[in-house]
Amino acid sequence: MNQINQSGWKPGTPVASIDGEKHPTVTGNKALMLEEALIFEIGDADTYGVDLPYTPTDLPGRMGKFTRKGEIGLPGLSEPQTVRHYTRLSRQNYGIDLGFFPLGSCTMKHNPRLNEKVARMPGFLDVHPMQPIDTVQGALGVIDELAHWLITLTGMQSVAMSPKAGAHGELCGILCIRAALEARGDARKVVLVPESAHGTNPATAAFAGYSTEDIPANKDGRVDLDALKARLGPDVAAVMITNPNTCGLFERDMKAISDAVHEAGGLVYCDGANFNAIMGRVRPGDLGIDAMHINLHKTFSTPHGGGGPGSGPVVLSEALAPFAPLPFVEKAKDGSLRLIEEENMEEHHASTFGRMTAFNGQMGMFTRALTYILSHGADGLRQAAGDAVLNANYILRQLEDVLHAPFGASGPCMHEALFGDAGFAEGFSTLDLAKGLIDEGFHPMTMYFPLVVHGAMLIEPTETESKAGIDQFIMAMRSLAQRAKDGDEALLTAPHHAPRARLDEAHAARKPRLAWSEPEG
Amino acid sequence: MRYLPLTDTDRTAMLEAVGAPSIDALFADVPSDLYLNGPVEGLPLHATEMAVEKHMRRLSKKNLAAADAPFFIGAGAYRHHVPASVDHLIQRGEFLTAYTPYQPEIAQGTLQMLFEFQSQVARLYGCAVANASMYDGSTACWEAVAMASRVTRKKRVVLSGALHPHYAEVVRTMAKFTEDEIAGSAPSLTALPDDDGLITRIDDNTASVVVQYPDILGRIPDLQKIADAAHAKGAKLIVVNTEPVALGALEAPGNLGADIVVGEGQALGVGLQFGGPYLGLFAITDPKLVRQMPGRLCGETVDADGKRGFVLTLSTREQHIRREKATSNICTNSGLCALAFSIHMTLLGAKGITGLAAENHRLACIAADRLAKVPGVTVLNENFFNEFTLMLDVDARQIVRDLADKGVLGGVGLGKLFPDIDGLKGGLLVTVTETASLEDIETLATTLEEVLP
Repeated sequence: MNQINQSGWKPGTPVASIDGEKHPTVTGNKALMLEEALIFEIGDADTYGVDLPYTPTDLPGRMGKFTRKGEIGLPGLSEPQTVRHYTRLSRQNYGIDLGFFPLGSCTMKHNPRLNEKVARMPGFLDVHPMQPIDTVQGALGVIDELAHWLITLTGMQSVAMSPKAGAHGELCGILCIRAALEARGDARKVVLVPESAHGTNPATAAFAGYSTEDIPANKDGRVDLDALKARLGPDVAAVMITNPNTCGLFERDMKAISDAVHEAGGLVYCDGANFNAIMGRVRPGDLGIDAMHINLHKTFSTPHGGGGPGSGPVVLSEALAPFAPLPFVEKAKDGSLRLIEEENMEEHHASTFGRMTAFNGQMGMFTRALTYILSHGADGLRQAAGDAVLNANYILRQLEDVLHAPFGASGPCMHEALFGDAGFAEGFSTLDLAKGLIDEGFHPMTMYFPLVVHGAMLIEPTETESKAGIDQFIMAMRSLAQRAKDGDEALLTAPHHAPRARLDEAHAARKPRLAWSEPEG
Repeated sequence: MRYLPLTDTDRTAMLEAVGAPSIDALFADVPSDLYLNGPVEGLPLHATEMAVEKHMRRLSKKNLAAADAPFFIGAGAYRHHVPASVDHLIQRGEFLTAYTPYQPEIAQGTLQMLFEFQSQVARLYGCAVANASMYDGSTACWEAVAMASRVTRKKRVVLSGALHPHYAEVVRTMAKFTEDEIAGSAPSLTALPDDDGLITRIDDNTASVVVQYPDILGRIPDLQKIADAAHAKGAKLIVVNTEPVALGALEAPGNLGADIVVGEGQALGVGLQFGGPYLGLFAITDPKLVRQMPGRLCGETVDADGKRGFVLTLSTREQHIRREKATSNICTNSGLCALAFSIHMTLLGAKGITGLAAENHRLACIAADRLAKVPGVTVLNENFFNEFTLMLDVDARQIVRDLADKGVLGGVGLGKLFPDIDGLKGGLLVTVTETASLEDIETLATTLEEVLP
């Protein structure tokens, strides 16, 4: 491995020599793989790719003394340069369109292109959130129709549509719970969260003013019901449970857990990140859940977009429905739809806990999700869950002889298979195996999560992988598992075929460089 | 079903390999009395691509698209022309279907784009550091308030009365749970913002002062004056901007004493989309406070071969590492919207954003002068960028509805934004961007004349 170079070789400068590289090029390009410099290095303040000039004007402005004095310092590119810049950048990315994305708890399924087409219909794309209500009945219709599906699929009473993402939905659910408890004059202080929970769960509870305590798990990887019951009491506001849980298992005792929590005066929040495994197979409402967020960007195929936008509607039980945040879509007696906001909440929705976002939620995600749901229908969604679970069990059983499966004996898994790093040669880690997977043409699985398994590898194939694709993945995993056990040193420096070798994250954090600045001298 | 690749032959072979008699058997852990043996009742079954498209098109047609009417609505969401290449590029599968770039070796496309985006936002705002985006402007505004309270270890938040009421409502809602004390007020109906009134409300216990620039009535506050007053009391100045195009003409808030600048980035590249997904922008002027920032940050580094590369960094602030001690529970950013913003900004460059701002302001000035000639209408603002308030003698909400009946989307009645304040009911907020033609402006003026009593 070479020494860390503080400045780093940059695209656009000649490559002098790279140790050990077989056929170096002077540009650093590799045929179809083109290096690309920053817009600040290739653009300038005088270039642009839009129609200019606009009409020049001698009219006196109305901005007074507040006009900009100095240079903005924003580089521009012509349209051809712009298209090339972003096309080249895109090719340095892995995406579902390119290959298998077995990222546990993230449900990276195929993103149908019909969704994209529909979201761009002018009546959805080009509509303002504050247009008169008569001019947006179709947009409200999308929200209403999607809400109906989500309520029916989950067997719940109501749904708050506005949360912007999963964690925002969690916050919405927990704030509903706090509002409901306060409305009955019951200030409880503690939220119980399993150790295997997503990091957002304790962060959300803390934000809502609760302290969190761990719920212990049993040796099967499920919530220890007796331990939970023993901890319940008048100080426990809620439990937050992920079901199926992050070990990939269905919480068999979910109904008993809910009953016990309710009996102790608390409420049950379910992290719905893993709803894909059970949609159309069991309804969370029947399991006694009071609130659950649904990640439309996981379960209902809206694109992840390189880290958002997400969308996190929250289905609510009867106990929590009155506290849902504004705005809210409601059907009037004449069948027309209206938006309940501060202007008209008094008569309809007076106990709302407030507002979480400026406008109506992630409309662009609603149109995509509804399109997906209508395509699948109730039968297709049920089949999708079944195929997702089948694919995960297939992977679990095809790999458990070469990788440690800590809960392999706990029954069938749900939509994800969990492995640990036991048996790897000394000095070899889950990270090394994952980076080897990159060279084999796959995105790594979720690593080191859940925290309860050493060197965890959480694999979620989803229902949109073919058997041939999964078989190839299994072949790659078996080879990599063997190399990790044998101590194949080449794995320690993988990936060898990606646009970049391993990046120095410690260097990035030590002296953060988070924005472009012109080089000195 | 077209999205499911497994065939029945595959399923049979895989079930055999798994040792299960059926897919239903894999759900053995679900209590049998709660397990659904068939599709959920009361919902339709699968449909063809053609049928679904037809259904959705029918819903789409029930909306009046902004392009099909003279359009003057803003109030926190702005309609601008988005160049065709923006939407083409964001639909490249490698951007559209990528995950959060936690595996930097195969995510340099997203990461380099985020580094460029952060740099663009920082420069537009006149700040040192911007993050990789938040959900939207209103949630970014709350995160700024929370950050200022963390940094100052104070709990009192002074909101300008002319802050977008939805933003103020988000802050009030969140503050109920964090026990920050929110000091709000009604907006003054004056030609210039009441900066002095705001300044008198700042005291030694104040953690932050939140000012919108331009404000909800379209006026431009004197940021430097407010910043000086805030800093004298040890408070942070948070500036909220809902229209980034304005900063092509107006001085950057970071150059006028703002400590945190947040805003809505939707106006560039993203489109109206009935309110979401949008793009929260978040930037700070003092780089020493970077470890107190919420949200994802992308930073420069090198790889093992000495090549420049980018990674998500300083993640010890975030929920997946810090859990209950994180700076925010935020997990997602608004990646694809950030990409759209960044591409649009790259196409504009300094010259384009300046020219676009000038054109918006020119048309807004023309519209304000024309509308002022309509009997029964006065223009409130002494200063504005592309949005201003008309004062009418009647409830402007009814006028907005009457205009819509005549096919004109004429603005937002202030009664909708401030339902509790009777004095504002006559206010009509009108926004004019480069998408409005002179003919549209004339149509608005003449139709307004028709519908006013």
